Amino acid sequence: MQREVALIKQSLFDQGYLDEQFMELEELQDDANPNFVEEVSALYFKDSARLINNIDQALERGTFDFNRLDSYMHQFKGSSTSIGASKVKAECTTFREYCRAGNAEGCLRTFQQLKKEHSTLRKKLEHYFQLARQAGPKETARRPK
Amino acid sequence: MVNPGHGRGPDSGTAAGGSNSDPFPANLRVLVVDDDPTCLMILERMLMTCLYRVTKCNRAEIALSLLRKNKNGFDIVISDVHMPDMDGFKLLEHVGLEMDLPVIMMSADDSKSVVLKGVTHGAVDYLIKPVRIEALKNIWQHVVRKKRNEWNVSEHSGGSIEDTGGDRDRQQQHREDADNNSSSVNEGNGRSSRKRKEEEVDDQGDDKEDSSSLKKPRVVWSVELHQQFVAAVNQLGVDKAVPKKILEMMNVPGLTRENVASHLQKYRIYLRRLGGVSQHQGIMNHSFMTGQDQSFGPLSSLNGFDLQSLAVTGQLPPQSLAQLQAAGLGRPTLAKPGMSVSPLVDQRSIFNFENPKIRFGDGHGQTMNNGNLLHGVPTGSHMRVRPGQNVQSSGMMLPVADQLPRGGPSMLPSLGQQPILSSSVSRRSDLTGALAVRNSIPETNSRVLPTTHSVFNNFPADLPRSSFPLASAPGISVPVSVSYQEEVNSSDAKGGSSAATAGFGNPSYDIFNDFPQHQQHNKNISNKLNDWDLRNMGLVFSSNQDAATATATAAFSTSEAYSSSSTQRKRRETDATVVGEHGQNLQSPSRNLYHLNHVFMDGGSVRVKSERVAETVTCPPANTLFHEQYNQEDLMSAFLKQEGIPSVDNEFEFDGYSIDNIQV
Repeated sequence: MQREVALIKQSLFDQGYLDEQFMELEELQDDANPNFVEEVSALYFKDSARLINNIDQALERGTFDFNRLDSYMHQFKGSSTSIGASKVKAECTTFREYCRAGNAEGCLRTFQQLKKEHSTLRKKLEHYFQLARQAGPKETARRPK
Repeated sequence: MVNPGHGRGPDSGTAAGGSNSDPFPANLRVLVVDDDPTCLMILERMLMTCLYRVTKCNRAEIALSLLRKNKNGFDIVISDVHMPDMDGFKLLEHVGLEMDLPVIMMSADDSKSVVLKGVTHGAVDYLIKPVRIEALKNIWQHVVRKKRNEWNVSEHSGGSIEDTGGDRDRQQQHREDADNNSSSVNEGNGRSSRKRKEEEVDDQGDDKEDSSSLKKPRVVWSVELHQQFVAAVNQLGVDKAVPKKILEMMNVPGLTRENVASHLQKYRIYLRRLGGVSQHQGIMNHSFMTGQDQSFGPLSSLNGFDLQSLAVTGQLPPQSLAQLQAAGLGRPTLAKPGMSVSPLVDQRSIFNFENPKIRFGDGHGQTMNNGNLLHGVPTGSHMRVRPGQNVQSSGMMLPVADQLPRGGPSMLPSLGQQPILSSSVSRRSDLTGALAVRNSIPETNSRVLPTTHSVFNNFPADLPRSSFPLASAPGISVPVSVSYQEEVNSSDAKGGSSAATAGFGNPSYDIFNDFPQHQQHNKNISNKLNDWDLRNMGLVFSSNQDAATATATAAFSTSEAYSSSSTQRKRRETDATVVGEHGQNLQSPSRNLYHLNHVFMDGGSVRVKSERVAETVTCPPANTLFHEQYNQEDLMSAFLKQEGIPSVDNEFEFDGYSIDNIQV
């Protein structure tokens, strides 16, 4: 079971969903805070869902206030970076570039992509954490670098 | 290694077995500010892993109020650059001026311009997100460095630069050792900012013991001391003022050249910020100076505030309003001649003076430190802008006014005005008006005020930082007398406004708040507005949704603070309350000034008593800040107000640092 969990985690890294920052977070996890990474993840998804909502609304308005969109995306990028969500982060960067170029269509397209990545990551992580908990928190919590 | 207990009473029991087998860095009290909850949680975890004592905060205003409430409660601040309620750099400025704590900026943005901005604003380091724990492990070096410098400055008068150089080298070394993120950025930022401080300070010749240097008490720039300082600087001419001459002119036993040098440095920064505002204030100041009594009147006209308007806004409590008006009209209503405000207040008034100047910039009292009210008018005008916001500052100012008469620092030649100030009562009214005015002043004012506030804050106990704002208040060059008004105003403003104005930014507040003593002192002292002011202010903020309101409330609080100073409490409270309400509005970042206006408007309704304020405070930090500020800041705010923040409308507009207009 644990092995399976480890494999899943490894694949997330290999596929580029997560990067070293995620490992850093795992390092912070210990006996005193056995579910730290999961908690941070949950917090991230909750907060980013809110951001996605805001951006959705902003885009729906059709006015394309690029400054505001860029600002939202900056926040999004910041949290995604902190958790190590590399694919999501990449989409954020692309989105911001389109914002700076004033490319509304590019923004829209990228945002769709971003939402997809975000949702994929969320599912994968949820699955991973679930297994990890079943397998036994300690073992799965730490992953040798 | 360095002593444990950074001078704080090392209770690093845990440190004994610290991760680094060096107890020192442990138990460092860190305040982390970031609007991103994910980052905040991660940082907290990392810092705790480093054995630091972490307090996290997701709003800059809350952070500021926390800092103001616990002047010595934190050793270092880490803040994000992009925050919705207040720009990280503005927070940085405030913290630097009011609390003089090392601040580390962080952001996902690693562009050179932003990093440079961090440097120029005085950040000791700049971390790129994602922050790695290695970068955080070494942040204690900044605390040590700063303490050493401070210690050196106060200890050595005319010391050599060895320490500085030594420190610098050490710092560099640390930097090199630090994580890539921090070191790369740090090299440039930390070093340069450090260099500035060190060079200016020109302190230490000896390599002080870390532990001892850490424990070295800082020179407290009380209001009076600051006023003396400002007077000396003004006499010499801001550009030509050198620490040595200033020291000679001040003729204060026990004060070292280093103390003056570092204070001057801060003051210059403060002035620079007020730069734009100074113009207005300068005018105001003059008016004050000429006829203290009249100053109110003329000033008001100058500034364009209307105490009345302020009063109307409701921000000023009726009493204060009356007083303010009286003051503004040139008839010192000074009901309370002896604003028992402690001498510190006087100093504050000086600061206030500066504040007012700032406010003048906005015209609305944006920057106006509360003090505007004091002048009776000038600041008030600013205040108008933000009824809610400025009110606070005004509040602050009043007290200052009172104080002025008492202690009328030598600096205030025009103390003639001071009497007015002393009347405190009158002042207060002015202040409140001023505050109101200030509030009216768009964010700029509030912003401006902050600086002044910080100045004021310093008075009370140790205005190391704040003292300087007053003087610096750009227009504050006016001799002390003027400053009083300004200060008063500013202080008022500061108390309330400071908090309000910037929400956090009000440096003016900081001054008051800075002195824990004052705060307590204020609290204890009936006169001290601070207690309730701060409370109001603080409360106000929390509740308000926008910073502006908070500012406003703060302003009120300040004014409240002033008035409450013993007799005026009532008044102030109302003010404070008002401020409180407004304060909330003020919360809005940098542009809180606007909110201040709101506060005023409510004036009547705003009476946010401190109790209330607490609950509502959404932007608590800001609010709480005010209260504290009042006590100390009263003088300052009053003073600042006088300074004539009034004309500085523009000032505030800009990003909070608006004190540019203020000419020193």
